[in-house]
This record gives sequence, C-alpha cells and structure tokens, in this order.
Amino acid sequence: MELVKGLFKLPAFLIGLVLFVGTLLFAFVAPWFFTIDTVNRVGGAYMPPSGEHWLGTDHMGIDMVSMLVKGLRASLYVGFLAGTVATVVGTLIGVYGGYKGGLLDDILTVATNLFLVIPTLIVLILLSSSMDEGRSLTLISLIIGCTTWTWSARAVRAQSSSLRARDHVALARINGFSTLEIVLLHILPYLLSYIFMVFILQTATAILSEASISMLGLGPYDSISLGKILNEAIRNEALTGGAWWAFMPAMGLVTVIAFSLYVINTAMEGVFNPRLRK
Amino acid sequence: MLRRHPTLKHVLGRAGWYFITFLVAVTINFFLPRLGDANPVDAIMARAGGNLDASSAREKEDAYLREFGLVETDDQGKVIRENGIPVKTPLVTQFVSYLGMSLTGDLGTSILQYPKPVGEIISNALPWTLTLQLPTIVLGWLIGNLLGALAAYKRGVFDRALYPLALLASAIPAFCVGILMVYVFGIKLEWFPAVGGYDPGQVPEVSWAFLSSAAYYYVLPFLSIFLIVVGGQAIGMRSMCIYELGTDYIKYAKLLGIRENKILLYTFRNAMLPQLTGLALALGAMVGGALITEMIFSYPGLGMAILTAIQGNDYPVITGCTLLVTVTVLLANFVVDILVGLLDPRIRVAQGGSK
Repeated sequence: MELVKGLFKLPAFLIGLVLFVGTLLFAFVAPWFFTIDTVNRVGGAYMPPSGEHWLGTDHMGIDMVSMLVKGLRASLYVGFLAGTVATVVGTLIGVYGGYKGGLLDDILTVATNLFLVIPTLIVLILLSSSMDEGRSLTLISLIIGCTTWTWSARAVRAQSSSLRARDHVALARINGFSTLEIVLLHILPYLLSYIFMVFILQTATAILSEASISMLGLGPYDSISLGKILNEAIRNEALTGGAWWAFMPAMGLVTVIAFSLYVINTAMEGVFNPRLRK
Repeated sequence: MLRRHPTLKHVLGRAGWYFITFLVAVTINFFLPRLGDANPVDAIMARAGGNLDASSAREKEDAYLREFGLVETDDQGKVIRENGIPVKTPLVTQFVSYLGMSLTGDLGTSILQYPKPVGEIISNALPWTLTLQLPTIVLGWLIGNLLGALAAYKRGVFDRALYPLALLASAIPAFCVGILMVYVFGIKLEWFPAVGGYDPGQVPEVSWAFLSSAAYYYVLPFLSIFLIVVGGQAIGMRSMCIYELGTDYIKYAKLLGIRENKILLYTFRNAMLPQLTGLALALGAMVGGALITEMIFSYPGLGMAILTAIQGNDYPVITGCTLLVTVTVLLANFVVDILVGLLDPRIRVAQGGSK
C-alpha cells in the first residue's frame, strides 16, 4: 500500500494517468455532448473544422469527431482484449514454466524463443491477408493477443523461477501445500504488480499493432479504428491536400494512448523494482 | 573435436537452433496464407478471364495451375482433370516442393505482375530497404546509446530534458512520425520531397544526378526512423547505466580511488552488452516499423512491395517478402547471439570456454 501511495506522488505516473483517463473520457463521455453519427454525410469532402463540426469532415463528408470516438473505442477494445489474451497466456506459460520446470517447460521455452524472433507484424500480415472476409475487430484482437504473448511469457517465467528459490516457497512446499496452492498463494501475489505492468505494455503494443496492420489496409471490415482512419486519409490524399484534421487527431490519439501507457509502466517499474528506485 | 573448441560448438549449436526456427518460419509462411480458401489462380482468372473465350481461358488457367504447382500433372505436363475439375495436389506435397524451393532461394512467380519471378521483384526492392534501414538503425543505435549513457552519468538538467523527449520519441508509433514528417517538411514547408525514392524524371543508375536526387529523397524517411531508434535506445541505455553505476563493484572501485574515466569505461562496457541484444531486437522490430514508414513515403523498398501485393492479393509476393524479412531478422539475431557469446565473460564461462 505504501508503494501504491508513493506511485500517486510521482508526477510522471500522474501525467500518464491523466492522459489515459482523458482518452477514456473522450471515448465514453464525449458522446453525451456530441451527436455520434458515422453513417450519414453531414457535408462535403474534407470540410475544415467549424463551429458545427469541430474537426471537420473526412473524404466521405462524415463528421470527424464521430469517426474519432468510434475509432478510439475500437482501438481501446482491441488493446483491452488482445492485452488480456496476451497477458493471460503469457502468465500461465511463464508461471508454469518458471515454477514447475521439466520437459514441458523446456518445450514451452523453445516455442517462446522461437516465436520471439519471428517478427509479429509478419505473422499478422500473413494471417490477416489470408482472411479476406472474416476479419472482424474481435478476430484481429485475438490474433494480436495470440502473437504477442511471447515476451510476457519470457518475462514472467524469469520472475517466477527466481521466486521459486525463495525461502517462503520452500517452506510452503515442506508444509505440504499443493502446487496450485503454492502458485496461487505464494507466487502470484508477488508477481501481481509485475503482471499488471506486463498487461499495460501488452495493451499498448496491441493498440499499435492494430493501427499498423490497419495502415497496411488489413484492418477490420466491421468497425472503424484509428488505424483505419489514418489509412483512409492517406489513401484519399488528405496528406497532399493539406487536410490535417483528417489524420492529425487520429495520430494524436494513438500517440497519447501509447505514450500514457508507457509512462505509467515506466513510473510503476521505478516504484516496484527496488533496484531502479533511487 | 568439438569439446576442444567450445566457441565452435556454441556457434554450431546456435546455427542449428536458428535453422529449426527458419524451418518453422517457412512452415508458417506456407500454411497461414492457405488457411483461407482463396485460390490465386481464381484471382488471376477473375482479372484476365473476361475477354477470353472458353478454350483459351482453360488453356491459360491450366498454365497458371501448373506454374503455381497447385494441381497434379501427367507425364506430358498436362493438367489431369476429373469431370472437368483439375485434381488438386495435396497440401503436403505442395509444402514439400515449397520447402525445397525456399531452400534453393526460388520464391515462385508473382500473380499481379505475372510472369515476373518474385525473386526479381524483391531484388529490385531490397537495395532500397537496406540502404534506408541499416545505416539508420546502426547510427540511431550508436547515438541513442551515447545520449543515454551521458544522461545517466550527468543526470541533472541534461537528463531531465532528454528523458521525456526520448520517452516521447520511443512511444510515438513509427507511422505517426512518418506522417508528421511528410506533412510538415514535405507538404507544408516543402523543404524536402514528400514521397518517393528519387526524382520521377530519373532512372536508377550510378550517376551524380540520380544519386543526389536519391539522397535528397532519403532525408525524411531517414529522420523518421532515426528519431525512434535514438529515443528507444537512449532510454534503455540510461536505465542500464543507472543500474550499473549503483552496483557494488562500482562503489568499491570508487572507494579504491580508481580514476573516474576508468570507472565510466567499466560501467559502459557492462551496460553495453544488453544493448547489443537490443540492436538485434531493434532490427527485428524496425523491419516491421520501417515497412510502414516506407509505405507512407512511397519509398520503393520491401514495404511498398508488400503493400502492393496485399492490395492485389498477390500471395507469392507477400510470402516471399515476409520470408525474406524473417530470414533477415533471424540472421541479425544469430550474429548478435554469437557476438554476445564472445564478448560476455559470464556467457563465455557458461559455455565452458576459455576464461
């Protein structure tokens, strides 16, 4: 608890938190004040910002604020879903491997290291390009989650295998606790802050991954996302036409989410990792 | 023999491991695009078939099917048909021939630019990607590490100014930096050309006019990759150095009265090792990031080749490019693995090698 209190005294952590909560507010509270309509045209193509449409319109004449709110929600959804999948898979494999060891651990470690060197974006491109019709937002999130768990598995495995050698774990073993009990009561609690940091990073990675493949034109068919807004803007010459409102806000949002999550993670690392505390 | 040459043993061991990884990558490369039931020949036929009569359309289809090894052929090389439907080659057989082709460097034929071999498309794009990425990443890595070490050592104002900037630079997605560069310096200020690899009036050749135009077009994509690498590396090096400066051996060295410069040398040498691994990871990550940077700048490298291929469902080119990218990343990792093994005394000892 002391540590958590210390966290809230860090300016970096507070800045990150404020930025992130800000994006959340924009995604979920802004619709109370703006009419969100991504279907009907409200004007001509690339109309500059005005009192009525604060961020102008896109190439189809659709209100940009509405597009951004929908896109941001989709990106947060991808981040949350893919981040959860990657963290859960990574933690399960990492904790099991680190605590249990043995043949299965060896196999899992080899598999982890293997997929760690094969570039994730490449796997994403291959998978997404093979699925022409069924590329829904949820499917994309699951794919991202299933391709990015590797480094969290490696990180968690290292942590849990060092915990395994601690006295309190040895004591628990001598006292006849079952493996499940030891993992749940004596290993996971120590890893909690670490796993939370992994989750934050995985979420940021997932949001960036989705934006990347959407930029390549492999985005979801059933949803607007920040990456898709950027892809559409570039394809429809917003850049050369100087229509900054068609891409700058979307870019800003992606950057703010990624930046705030990184800052939160770095601040937490400074607090929870005593070696860096100084 | 191997027992007496632990380094050789280590190199061979790693080489074997990376070869297995390569095989897995090839397998992924083959099976993932074939998960869906899109048939490349249908795609070509849909594009070309409109203005052909039935018999020449079939002739053409047979030629394509043979070319891509999708169907069984008889001794004369004619496509075997049952009830007018070509007999498909089993996926496993296709995979075996694909594996053989990959190992000999044959990447097949492009669909979109038929009958251009994929190898040719790649060898046209590769020099652009390499000249864009290698110097940028290596230079960014060097300067980033230097800045990070300085920030860790000096702390104070320098650190407080550099750290947030570096954090921002490393957190901004690669494509955002690229778009920003194009918009601000290419279109608004018109300092540098916004898109392309060289002046449209030029032809790629070794001449002063072409090279200078290519250098002019190089600036913006270079900067957008460079900034991100510098930021990421500076942050990594900074925290490594802070950690090393706080270790007992450095405190002891200070107590012994060893000169500051010498202590710094020790610190940096030890902080450098993980950063070397970081170089390999940066190469791996940047290949993906730079693909999108290339796309934004319409830079004629692999990124554009992949983008064109994705838009045209040109599977042989997509898989050819992805395979090449994977192999490059694997090679980079392999080289770094070997280097770290040679440089890090702890790993050297773990290999049972010379002390």
